[in-house]
This record gives sequence, structure tokens and C-alpha cells, in this order.
Amino acid sequence: MISFILNGQPVTTNAEPDTPLLWVIRDDLGLKGTKFGCGIGSCGACTVHIGGVPLRSCSAPVSQIAGAKITTIEGLHAEGQHPLQVAWVEAQVPQCGYCQSGQIMQAAELLRRNPEPSDEEIVDHMKGNLCRCMSYTRIVKAVRQAADAIQSASFDGGSV
Amino acid sequence: MKTQAETSSTFTRRSFMVGSVAGTLVLGFGGLSPAHSARAELSARRFAPNVWFEMDAQGVTTINVAEAEMGQHIGTAMARIVADELGVAWSDVRISHVDSDPRWGYRVTGGSWSVWSSFTLMSQAGAAGRLVLLEAGATLLQVASSDCRVHDSRVICGNESVTFGEIVQNGAIDRVFTAEELAGMPVKAASARSIIGKPGSALDIPDKTDGSAQYGIDVEIEAMVYARPLIPPTRYGSSVQGVDDSAAKLIRGYQGYQVLNDPSGTLQGWVTAIADSQWGAIKAADAIKVNWSAGPTADVTEAQIRVEGERLVNDGTAGTLFVNHGDARAAQMSANSTLDATYRTDPVLHFQLEPVNATVEFSAGRWNIHCGNQWQSLILPVIAQALEVEESDILIHQYYLGGGFGRRLFGDYILPAALTAKAWGKPVKAVFTREDDSRFDCIRSGSVAKFTASFDDANRLTGIEHAAAAGWPTLTMAPGFLGDGVDGKGKFDAFSIASADHWYSLANHRVRAINNELAQKTFLPGWLRSVGPGWVNFGVESFMDEVALATQQDPVDLRLSLLDGAGKNAGSAPNNVGGALRLAKVLRSVSKRSGWGSDLGPDEGMGVATGSGQQRDMPTWIATVAKVKVDRASGKVSVTDLYMDIDCGTVVHPDGALAQAEGGALWGLSMALFEGTGIDAGQVRDLNLDTYSPLRLDAIPTFHINFADSDEYPVGMGEPPVTTIAPAIANAVYAAVGVRMRDLPIRPDAVKAALQS
Repeated sequence: MISFILNGQPVTTNAEPDTPLLWVIRDDLGLKGTKFGCGIGSCGACTVHIGGVPLRSCSAPVSQIAGAKITTIEGLHAEGQHPLQVAWVEAQVPQCGYCQSGQIMQAAELLRRNPEPSDEEIVDHMKGNLCRCMSYTRIVKAVRQAADAIQSASFDGGSV
Repeated sequence: MKTQAETSSTFTRRSFMVGSVAGTLVLGFGGLSPAHSARAELSARRFAPNVWFEMDAQGVTTINVAEAEMGQHIGTAMARIVADELGVAWSDVRISHVDSDPRWGYRVTGGSWSVWSSFTLMSQAGAAGRLVLLEAGATLLQVASSDCRVHDSRVICGNESVTFGEIVQNGAIDRVFTAEELAGMPVKAASARSIIGKPGSALDIPDKTDGSAQYGIDVEIEAMVYARPLIPPTRYGSSVQGVDDSAAKLIRGYQGYQVLNDPSGTLQGWVTAIADSQWGAIKAADAIKVNWSAGPTADVTEAQIRVEGERLVNDGTAGTLFVNHGDARAAQMSANSTLDATYRTDPVLHFQLEPVNATVEFSAGRWNIHCGNQWQSLILPVIAQALEVEESDILIHQYYLGGGFGRRLFGDYILPAALTAKAWGKPVKAVFTREDDSRFDCIRSGSVAKFTASFDDANRLTGIEHAAAAGWPTLTMAPGFLGDGVDGKGKFDAFSIASADHWYSLANHRVRAINNELAQKTFLPGWLRSVGPGWVNFGVESFMDEVALATQQDPVDLRLSLLDGAGKNAGSAPNNVGGALRLAKVLRSVSKRSGWGSDLGPDEGMGVATGSGQQRDMPTWIATVAKVKVDRASGKVSVTDLYMDIDCGTVVHPDGALAQAEGGALWGLSMALFEGTGIDAGQVRDLNLDTYSPLRLDAIPTFHINFADSDEYPVGMGEPPVTTIAPAIANAVYAAVGVRMRDLPIRPDAVKAALQS
């Protein structure tokens, strides 16, 4: 039995200790917003936060996150209205949408750490996340828009 | 595949019915005669093949969408067409994606066809609905309908109005339009449209920002088990000689394995590992040892396939004539000089980010298939054969597709779940790992294309011969859709040769389409975003620049001189009005906007290419200028700017079209510089991102995209933007550093080697 905090709630799982966190989140705990893409931590579709830092959940055995605070796309904002989510709709970023939970979770850490990122810093932070529809131009645009919105609204940008 | 005419005729034989049913208004097609009651027919759900839309008592209109949603926002485009004509406010519009019930008609989403093939009928259906609402509203207002207009879900007469919701609540609508009446239904003039061509957002986007969008991989069925396939060493002819699962038995939750018996012959020598969790199934498949007898292609390599392709294009008798205009051979015989060039492209993976998967359950007397799919009508008979049941016993439930790009046109990935579910008597979810997905991918075949140009004694171009050899997707997956060669000597796959029949006027033009049989029997060639034009146009437009060089002409000027709109390139209504002259127009525009011919920095260059979409009867006119910088030391090519002028006729959803242009162009860039795999020992060589490297965020150019302002018939946008990018980049590399790159992808090592030689 392994326990950790998921989106602010204590949870436990019976999964084998070597089970990647991804499958525990998706299949044991029923949150499907975190996606399976490559399974080797190279596409970013499975990105969640561990203590606010991006984690590729496909490559993290659940045993290693016992006691940790994990946040998924479902927990980023109670109403799905994190400035990044608002900007993602505003900039009409998603096409197929499959990678976008991971993109948003990856971007959230940048804005928490660096509320005024340059385009270069956005590219550097986001380049590990593959978008097969290649919505890249709009990803950069939306991160910038969200950063601007946070600046003007003094949103803390942090995740739970 | 279907042409527009066939699509229309499927429907025009049927009436269009509008009727009040149980507090809603239903609008749809039926087979009844005009004498019958639409309400009676609709109440009995006797509509076929298609219910288009329904309006509830609040005036909220749900438009049923038969096309697969895979990122192209097709539901939004379809809804915009109907809603504009119907006069419903956009905020009252919802979309619903439907299952594979036959009443929804023939089901395929591909070829960039959806808007093009549906526009007329959807417009007329919307207009018929508006007419009925207008008349019902006028009756409620007790005024003449000729004094009324429809706007934003209301029927308005002077200062009085009644909402669509109120009209629906009043009931009593019962109207049938004959097929002829519908075909003659006047639709709005372009200037009167309020939604089409206007800004607006896509209906599927919000759910894709909070994790709530449901894809095939997200399906769960009570009491299901998880299966992972063990993929045999060859696509064809492998058989299972023995299975040792002793190591798998140590894995918690492992339930056993199944050797799949597939009467459809699609899966040959497959085994699935079954467990009570996804991770258990993944580990179990890794632990199971299968002793396979491999099929005859177990040792085939990409080099062998390429050698065969080169042999075929050099054998002047191989293949089927796809174009035979004038006499290109005679032009060569009488030429003062000729120019040969051969272009090659490596195979490409679909790598749609959601690995293929399906969940299958037998319940309520039928087989329920849960997955995202692009061509339900193609795979239904295959599933029926595999399960040994009737097609009517199977229903495919549609979900969002985590990328399609042509991979989900063929639903072969449904079979492991279906066959395991049948053998085990339980619901089964089978998710391919990324490596499984790549090994089982129907890759874009590698290709070889040879061009020969002939010149007269004044060094004028007199003709071009073109031969292209590749594996043909349609030959294996849908042979009924092969075309007949113009020489009557065989078939060709239009999806492996289209765009060779370009819109340049050539006095003598000969194109041979050749199937590479070694490729065909080693792997399953797939339809991949932009299919034939995705690689054929690389050769066509690279060679056009080589001809420009040989005849000492500017590449833009040469192209413009050949885009004269004469003869067969004049175009005709409705699909390609204006013909080649529209291509010339976008070419002039992009040339001007990009500053074509201006001075650039050292090792920088501009390259041009045109494209006319996926097929001649629905050309999307595109001209592209790529600006690149080449690093001589490493050979690395950086694309700094992409200028694109696009004429796709009426733009139904401008932001959606722009998104397709951006994404398609970056696919083109990715396949030009970064993506290439091959066959090694009969199998796909690159299985995951450790060795396969699609474009990332750090290599995107600055876009300068312009859509032509046009009221012409709308065509497709999903694929055409891919097709001009690779040749524009290759031509730009030549302009920058003087080396001609004829192989895709253009790898740094190859550029470096060319610079040194």
C-alpha cells in the first residue's frame, strides 16, 4: 500500500511498487487527463507536478513518490481557469489536444518560477514537450499571454 | 474513395424532413415520399441515413457530426456551415460525434475532403431549416413570412420577434422537402453570411485544456482486462510455434496469454498478454517468450527496398501511365539536351501521440468497439470477418483521436482487443506501447522518383518524364479504390502519385506510377498526412528549380510562365474555377511578400515551391517561400521564415484553417529535416523518441501566412500545407550554399558531405 497526496487529497494504491505513477493516476485513481505518449519520459504528455516541479509520470515508479504531493491537470485549478488554461483557449492552442495537459503542466512551473519569461526562456522550458499536431507557435503565444495576465492580475501562478 | 458527386448522390435521392418530435425539432434525411408526415417518420426514428441536427425547447441546436475529430476542429467547421444557413446563434450550437450505425452513412475522415464534400448539402439542409422556422415564426407572429427575417436564433418582423425555442415549444412543424426541392434551396450569398469566414473559436478546445476530453485510451468498461500484443517478426507469414510464459506467471495480476486466430488474415502470428492492469500487461508481454516461424521478409532492409525502387524508375517499361500528355519520349529523342535527377525519401512514422488502442466488449447482443477511428466503413467488414459475425452485430463508438494523420484510417489496431475479447469472453482493453505502435505502424513508404527533362536547341524546356516507385497504401487496404492507368495497362494508387498531375502546362508530360513490390510485401504502406503529394511534390518542385537553373531562369518566373491556365489547366466550376491562374496568383503574392530576389546574408537563401493540394478536383492553391540559413561547419539547416499564400476558396473557419496551415507546414518541415526511418530485418527501425526525432519547439520558423480572400467553393486544409515545405527548403538550401539535396530528410551530415565534395 502506497500513499501520497493527489490534487490535495490523500490517496492510497495497491499497485505494484514498480508501476509508473502514470498508470496509478489513470487506472487506479481514475484521472484520465494525464496521457500516455512514449513511455520513456521523452514526449511530456504524462507531465504532472511533484511538489510543484514537472515530473514525467510514465517513468516514475509509484514507490518513489510515497508521501509526495502530486498535482495533475485536473488539480491545477478547481474550475479549469488557471491563467494558462484561459490563455490556451484564448490562443486556440489545442488541435487533437492529446499532449496539452502535459504542455500546460510543464508551462505552469515556468510561470511559478519566472513570471516574466522571455520567448527564449519559454522555448527552452517547453522544448521537451512534443506536440505532434505541431501547435508550437500557439503554445509560445499562450504562455506569453498567461504570463501577461498573471502580471496584470497578481495571480500567484502556483499550483496546489 | 468517394468523390463529391458520389457523396451528393447518396443523399439527393432522399427527402429532407423537418418535424416537431417530443418537444424538440428534428431535421434530417429520410427515404419517405413527400406525401408522408415528417413528424410521423421522425417520431418513429425512421430517418436514414442521417439525422443532421436537432433543436430543443430552448433553441439549443445539436449538430451530429459523422467525421472524426482529430485536431482539425471538423465538428466546428460542419456546425458553422449549418448554423450560418439556419440562422442559429453560435452560442446555441453544440456538436455530437456519432457511432458507426449505418444510418450515419458511409464513414471516412481523410483526404482533406470533409468540408469540400459536405458544404453544399449542409448549406442546403441549413437553409431548408431556416425556411421552416421562418414560416412557423411568421405564423406565431401573425405576419407574412415575406416580412420576416431570421437572425441569432430569432424570427424577426419589425419590432416583434419570436425565438427558435418558442417556435420549437409551439410544436406542430411537419414539413418534407423532396430531394429536388432541397437541391434547389437558395443559400445565402457570401456577403450575407454571419459565421462562415468570420472569427470564432473551436467547440472542442475547452475540454482539451482541463483534461476532460475523452480519447479512446480513456475508455473503461466494467470487468475489463488489459491486453498487450506481442508483435511477430514480419508483417505477413509469421506463425506461432510455441509460447513460454513461465516468467510472466511471476507477475502479479497476470492472467494468461492468447494466440490470436484471425480469420480476416490481418493479424498473422499474433499473441496477446492479458493482465488485470496496464502495467501488468506491459510487463507480461516483455516476459513472455514466443517462438515464431518468421515470414519470408524477415531479412529485408531499407537499402534493398531502395535499390529495387531505383531499378524500377530506371526501367522505362515499369509501372502504369498516370499522365500521358503529348509525347515526352519523342521530345527526349529530338532533344538537344536532357537533364536527369533522382529524388529519394525515407519512410516516415505517423507517431500520433495517442498510441493505437481499442476497448472491445460484447454486450446486449452486439460487439461494441470503443476507439478513435477515421474510416469505420473500411474496417467494419474486416472486424466482422475476424470475429465471424455480421457487420450489423458490430458498433464502433467514436472518441476524440489523439492524432490521426492517416494512421487511424486503418482500424487494424482494433483486432487484438476484439479477438482477445472473443477468446476470453471478457471486455478487453488493448493499448499498444509506443514501441508496439511504431512496429505495427503503416508507415509512409520510402520512395524513389526519377525525372528527365528535355530541351531544344534554344535550351527551352520541351517535356518532362517522371517515374515514381513506392509501396502503395491503397493496394493493400482498399484495392477497390485504385485508379486505371491512362494506357489501360494497369492500376495506380492515386494516393502515391497525385500531384505529379500538376497544373504546369507542359507540351509533353509523361508520368509513370510504379509499385515497389518488395516494399509492399515487407510492410503495410500507410496513408500519412498529405499522402502522395507529401513526397511526390518534393520531386516535382525540386526538379522545377533544377530546370530553372538549366534554362537560366528565375525559379518564380519559370513557374509563372508555365502556369498559363491553358487547356486542361483552365479549371472548371465548381471546384477549381480559375485553374492554374489561381496558383499563379498566390505565387505572385508570396513572391512579393517574401521579398523574393532581395539580398540575403551569407549562407542564407530563399526557395520557392507551389502545391495544388491533394487531388486535381479539389485543389488548394499554395505557394511557399522558405528562408533558410545553412551552417557550413555542421551542415545544419535552419528554417528562419516560412511565407505561405493559400487559396482554399471560402474559408469556413479562419482560425481553424490557420491552425492547419501552421501545423501542416511544420509537419512538412519536420519531414524535410528531422523525420526518417527505415526497414531493418523486416521491421520498422526507429520505435521511439530515443532515435526518432520529430520537430520540437526550438526549431520553429517565423510564419507569414496569408489566405486569399475568396468566395469560391471551399476545399481542404488538413494536408495541402504539408506539401510545399520540403521542396521550398531544398531549393532554399541550394540558393544558400549551392548544393542540391535530393534525399529526404535533409540530414546535416549529407549537407556537409555535399559541401565538401
